Amino acid sequence: MSNEQILHTGASAILAHDTDHGEHAGHHHHETFITKYIFSQDHKMIAKQFLITGMIWAVIGGLMSVLFRIQLAYPDTSFPFLETLLGNKWAKGGHISADAYYALVTTHGTVMVFFVLTAGLSGTFSNFLIPLQVGARDMASPFMNMLSYWFFFISGVIMMSSLFVENGPFSGGWTAYPPLSALGSASPGSKTGMDLWLISMALFVVSQLLGGLNYIATILNMRTKGMSMTRLPLTIWAFFFTAVLGVLSFPVLLSGFILLIFDRNFGTSFYLSDIFVNGVGALPNEGGSAILYQHLFWFLGHPEVYIIILPGMGMVSEILSTNSRKPIFGYMAMVGSLFAIAVLAFLVWAHHMFVSGMNPFLGSFFVLLTLLIAVPSAIKVFNWLTTLWRGNIRFTPAMLYSIGFVSMFISGGLTGIWLGNSALDIHLHDTYFIIAHFHLVMGVAGIFGMYAGIYHWFPKMFGRYMNNTLAYIHFWVTLTGAYLIFWPMHYEGLAGMPRRYYDYTNWESFKMFAGLNLFITIVAIIVFAVQLLFLFNFFYSIFKGRKVTSQNPWGSTTLEWTTPIHPGHGNWIGEIPEVYRWPYDYGKDGKDFIAQTTPIGAEETVTH
Amino acid sequence: MSTYFVIAVIVLVFVVIFQIAKASEYVSILKGEESSRKQNNKINGFLMIIFLVLGLIGVYYCHHILGGRVLGESGSKEGEKVDEMLHITLVITGIVFLITQILLFTFAYKFQEKENRKAFFFPHNNTMEVVWTVVPAIVLSVLVVIGLRNWFIFTGDAPKNALVVEVTGRQFGWIFRYPGKDKEFGKKYFRNIDPSTNSLGLVWADNKEFNQKADPAAYDDIVQEQTMYVIKNKPVKLIIGSRDVIHDVGLPHFRMKMDAVPGIPTTLWFTPKYTTAEMREKTGNANFQYEISCDQMCGNGHYSMKGVIEVVTREEYDAWMAKQKPYYYSAFPDKDPSAAPMTTPSKVDSAAPVKTASASAVLGGNQNKLK
Repeated sequence: MSNEQILHTGASAILAHDTDHGEHAGHHHHETFITKYIFSQDHKMIAKQFLITGMIWAVIGGLMSVLFRIQLAYPDTSFPFLETLLGNKWAKGGHISADAYYALVTTHGTVMVFFVLTAGLSGTFSNFLIPLQVGARDMASPFMNMLSYWFFFISGVIMMSSLFVENGPFSGGWTAYPPLSALGSASPGSKTGMDLWLISMALFVVSQLLGGLNYIATILNMRTKGMSMTRLPLTIWAFFFTAVLGVLSFPVLLSGFILLIFDRNFGTSFYLSDIFVNGVGALPNEGGSAILYQHLFWFLGHPEVYIIILPGMGMVSEILSTNSRKPIFGYMAMVGSLFAIAVLAFLVWAHHMFVSGMNPFLGSFFVLLTLLIAVPSAIKVFNWLTTLWRGNIRFTPAMLYSIGFVSMFISGGLTGIWLGNSALDIHLHDTYFIIAHFHLVMGVAGIFGMYAGIYHWFPKMFGRYMNNTLAYIHFWVTLTGAYLIFWPMHYEGLAGMPRRYYDYTNWESFKMFAGLNLFITIVAIIVFAVQLLFLFNFFYSIFKGRKVTSQNPWGSTTLEWTTPIHPGHGNWIGEIPEVYRWPYDYGKDGKDFIAQTTPIGAEETVTH
Repeated sequence: MSTYFVIAVIVLVFVVIFQIAKASEYVSILKGEESSRKQNNKINGFLMIIFLVLGLIGVYYCHHILGGRVLGESGSKEGEKVDEMLHITLVITGIVFLITQILLFTFAYKFQEKENRKAFFFPHNNTMEVVWTVVPAIVLSVLVVIGLRNWFIFTGDAPKNALVVEVTGRQFGWIFRYPGKDKEFGKKYFRNIDPSTNSLGLVWADNKEFNQKADPAAYDDIVQEQTMYVIKNKPVKLIIGSRDVIHDVGLPHFRMKMDAVPGIPTTLWFTPKYTTAEMREKTGNANFQYEISCDQMCGNGHYSMKGVIEVVTREEYDAWMAKQKPYYYSAFPDKDPSAAPMTTPSKVDSAAPVKTASASAVLGGNQNKLK
């Protein structure tokens, strides 16, 4: 195929470049601190930048959830330290105000979904693993890759600055439905805070597009010799579909935001009609549709949840197979189900809108398509289970998190079957049931995928190991805690308890859950503290962890473990290795594993 | 002071955990990394099965203590269908949940690394994959069929005899409108809204600028805040709208919900089964209310946006309705037919002081019957 030819010539061209690199390796005379650590174009350094920025945001977002959980647990108690922390506008007398509560909830959602689970997760691992696992020196465009990080960084700075403006950050929920988000007079958070939120998100979209196009270009064009698409590790397939989803759906979100900016600032009526705001009077806008925004938002919003979970699925497939010492079961079915999920992701957005006033007949199609997604999801779960079956399992911390991922994905995924059925959604919509559902299937599972990836590829990133004992404590407490937090929320949701309520004490229908809310908060605080333990382990191990002494510590087949322990910019010292087989030859013909770079032997039983 | 103490304790706990972790790393170096890895493997494998057992007990226990606290019997006939569907879905997903979680953790336990075990090279098997594609597809089709049948009932046309009430959300409360004697809602236009006299913007007066003519049907409309009265066993159809941002009429006891969108009317109907008084007896809660909760983020007072539905008997409803006075007369007491014959006002008297009048009118002095 011509592709092979291109690769071939490409490889020889790089070879010339490569000898050049070899000379540099010894005495970094062109690399200053700034080019190496700040404006780096090395995909590995950019990955670490994404990871650490994501971690900072995760701490901020997690801390916010602890703060608003304190309000839910103790609606009548005052905590003086809250006033110290948040100031007397947000927590006068040590009691979080409603304005602050909604600002915290909104920022928690935005930060976790976009900055942690999108940029922090796929930004980190797509950058780190794509060139290493397809056998490339770097991304198709290292410069664009660097821009992608810096747009994300600026977006983060703006989001952060919105926390400090006079009326507070945006407080209308992370979905930012107009008219609430469009009218400064309807909510203090919809004033300057919302402008900053929109600017931040717009820059974030730019970052995602720069990154996504790069991932796609690299995977399609820069695979090493012999690395056909069907020899790609499942991680790469997952990153590929993730990038495609992002590139196709983020622009739609941006268009929705641009219309919102127009409605906010330039007097247009895309989303506004027939509005009378208390204290302001009737607005001039007529003829807009508030539901239009919801269509535009969820056209990204739904693929977005797959953008979050697909990288996790890919990494978990890889880690489960490696540590079971056995091939992933049904490689083609795994790729096929990723593909099916990616296609269906674009056809189900309106299941977030069953009770929005959308035509019910239209809703029925979305019921059908939504429940269809359960089929590829089921295939994945059963394939993971079969991968474990009759394996020889090593419980590395990464493996534990991968098993935890599957458990969370099952628990959260099954409730998706409830919510996707519109006749049940009419009762469960916007209650704690949905909070439980998406936190398990997307939030916790996504974070578990991220932890699995960090523990598994930490030796490749930093040439050291993380402390195992801390990792085991981290895992078991987090797994147990996550279930203790989110499992009981299903019951609150079945009772119709609405989400985004600052205080339930005046509600006859919901106040019986006060004790449960207190319990959930206590567990949440413990789980948050244990995440700090993880952070400590991470940063401590970068400098003081046990050193990696073998090139391939997990006994993996994939290409990243053929690079030196501390790979330089360019990844391989000599020629990029050639690939002869699929990446899952574990336990074949009595051998523990056969690396992708080993040529097919004469007497091998099955070949891929 | 106690804050510092708490912080000190937390830091201490962290330090202890860290020291243990550090020590175990040294021990593993002394013992040899391979053997300590194997030991850790055994511990984690064992924890897998422990987690499974404790987890299943936890699921049972959680259901035991919380199962009774989720809403009791549905307050509406349509809600029974929701409950029935909930049960079917719970059974199906529950079975899948148990099977997959048990397999996951027992496989992890059973196939943990052992000296003499060899992993089984098993890359694929078409029969198995076809089975677990087709079986979920069939089960899901069943759920889709049940779900859509109910969905079309819920969202279909309300029965002809339904009581029609208009519900309007605003920051942060609910406004209810009954059509009055003529059984027809008068026209409304949002620019006529005056929070104190005309909270819905009913078209009571001609206005050249808006190109509007006073609508006679609007004069006898009855407007209520916060509490809505409906009749037991008579279907209710809600016409839902919003005055400002998006709200949501959440009816947990009736198992129904619909957004209130400015500019786009939505509808919802259900048939209440028990009066509020009957429900108080059933639940054993003397304070029981059919509450309307706003279920769509609508601003910083979202959590306080409560409405109440009083389900009453036909007789109680008629008695209540007889006491209500059209909104127009509470807004303009001088137009009251007992004082003067009803005329179409040519101009709204914007200076009319009406705040006190409207308050007393809602309380229901009933000297003015229509016609």
